[in-house]
Amino acid sequence: MTWVNLKRIIKSGFVSFWRNNVVSFASILVMTMTLFVLGSILFVGATLDASLNQIRDKVDINVYFVTEAPEEDILALKRSLESLSEVASVEYVSREQALERFRSRHENDQLTLQALDELGENPLGANLNIKAKETSQYEGIAEFLGNESALSTVDDIPIIDKVNYFQNKNAIDKLSEIIDSSETFSLIIIAILVIASVIITFNTIRLAIYTSKDEISVMKLVGASNSYIRGPFVFEGIMYGIVSALITLILFYPLTIWLGPLTENFFSDINLFDYYVDKFSKIFFIILGSGVLLGAVSSYLAVRKYLKK
Amino acid sequence: MIYFDQVSKLYNGGQAALDKVTLSIAPKEFISIVGHSGAGKTTLLKMLLAEETPSQGGVFFESTDIHGLTKLDLNNFRRRIGTVFQDFRLLPNKTAYENIAFAMEASGRTDEEIHSDVPHVLELVDLGDKMWHFPRELSGGERQRVAIARAIVNQPDIVIADEPTGNLDPINTYEIVQILKKINDLGTMVVLTTHNKGVVDSVGGRVITMDNGRIIRDDKKGKYAL
Repeated sequence: MTWVNLKRIIKSGFVSFWRNNVVSFASILVMTMTLFVLGSILFVGATLDASLNQIRDKVDINVYFVTEAPEEDILALKRSLESLSEVASVEYVSREQALERFRSRHENDQLTLQALDELGENPLGANLNIKAKETSQYEGIAEFLGNESALSTVDDIPIIDKVNYFQNKNAIDKLSEIIDSSETFSLIIIAILVIASVIITFNTIRLAIYTSKDEISVMKLVGASNSYIRGPFVFEGIMYGIVSALITLILFYPLTIWLGPLTENFFSDINLFDYYVDKFSKIFFIILGSGVLLGAVSSYLAVRKYLKK
Repeated sequence: MIYFDQVSKLYNGGQAALDKVTLSIAPKEFISIVGHSGAGKTTLLKMLLAEETPSQGGVFFESTDIHGLTKLDLNNFRRRIGTVFQDFRLLPNKTAYENIAFAMEASGRTDEEIHSDVPHVLELVDLGDKMWHFPRELSGGERQRVAIARAIVNQPDIVIADEPTGNLDPINTYEIVQILKKINDLGTMVVLTTHNKGVVDSVGGRVITMDNGRIIRDDKKGKYAL
């Protein structure tokens, strides 16, 4: 295609976009809704991710050691755990820290604190707090600890007093299931919404081009090539995409300002406005790219139908 | 120059829109095709524009079967034909100037040629003062004159006019016929279909009468005889 033809196609597409204002308005409206759904999916996805991460963060394994357990043995076990690929982090809580935490947890319970003072010594053992990368990996870590427990002994007494995974197994399994189901469910919903929106947009543009089918036949009769006929329509589709994307991005601004504090209160980890500002370039390219692609492909396919005739 | 060789067109129901039509048209000829509705006049023109393909036979333009042309060659062939229709078929969102310019752009003409030829051709059809009007702002006769201007702007070898006066009053009909005669006088072949006896008689050229997809009469200096 020559530069002159390209210039004519762009000019013709722009003029047609402007003059077919009712059709352009309807197409932009529908496409804005589609892009809005797409953008909302990004925000919902981010919120869901944050919520699931919060739940994941609440799941952990605590390994409690006997009071006689030597610190170096515990730290050796910590290093072994950290070398496992499933383990995200291991926190060592010494006997002193455990006591301090116990005291602060029970600062309003004078009876318990009095009983603790009467003992005269620290009755609490050290512990390791382990977080896995995935909730499904806790079982493997617990098994590893089971084997370690048999090996790590002081005077033939295992240094590991208790691993709380086995008490919490049902709850952890249930949470893993909820997280997996939520992810699968959200993926299905996202796919349905995206497909429905794309179909609606495609049909709107097809309808807009249907009104021009007589024009296309006239263009063919004066000897215009298929690419010369198709060009302005595709350019018009791209214009719909660009304008709709800009409207969508503008709409998200006040909406996220309004929703930001709400999501922050509810999910604590995410403020939608902060997320929008932080990820603006990514959201901008996704929305704009989707709009341009959707407009161009829909127009291309819709015109192709009439060019074949 | 144009030769229809035993052309038949059968539609799905087996009904023949054209039945073994053989016809030759010489360069610079003005022929009027007459016949009742459904006689096959429009199908004949569609064959010539390669909008329809024959079920049997072939249509030749300068010894080339136009239904065997590649897409590119077909576009080039159509650029050598100007078409005028009863319903004008102007691009509604383009001005008179832009409608004509589009036909030139499609033919790959330069901007300079477009800027000089479009006003000139609009002056020829007496619409120099309405070049920036949209079709909806023009009368029926004016729209048809824009369509004629578009048809002739690329200096085609053939102008096909399918019932060009069907939607026009007698005065506009007369004007359109005069323009078509002028185009023919300048050396362009004109193929006209019409129901209008006055139009055929005032053209006074070759008249082909069709009925039921067949040519039933071909008079060199014919009159409307239905």
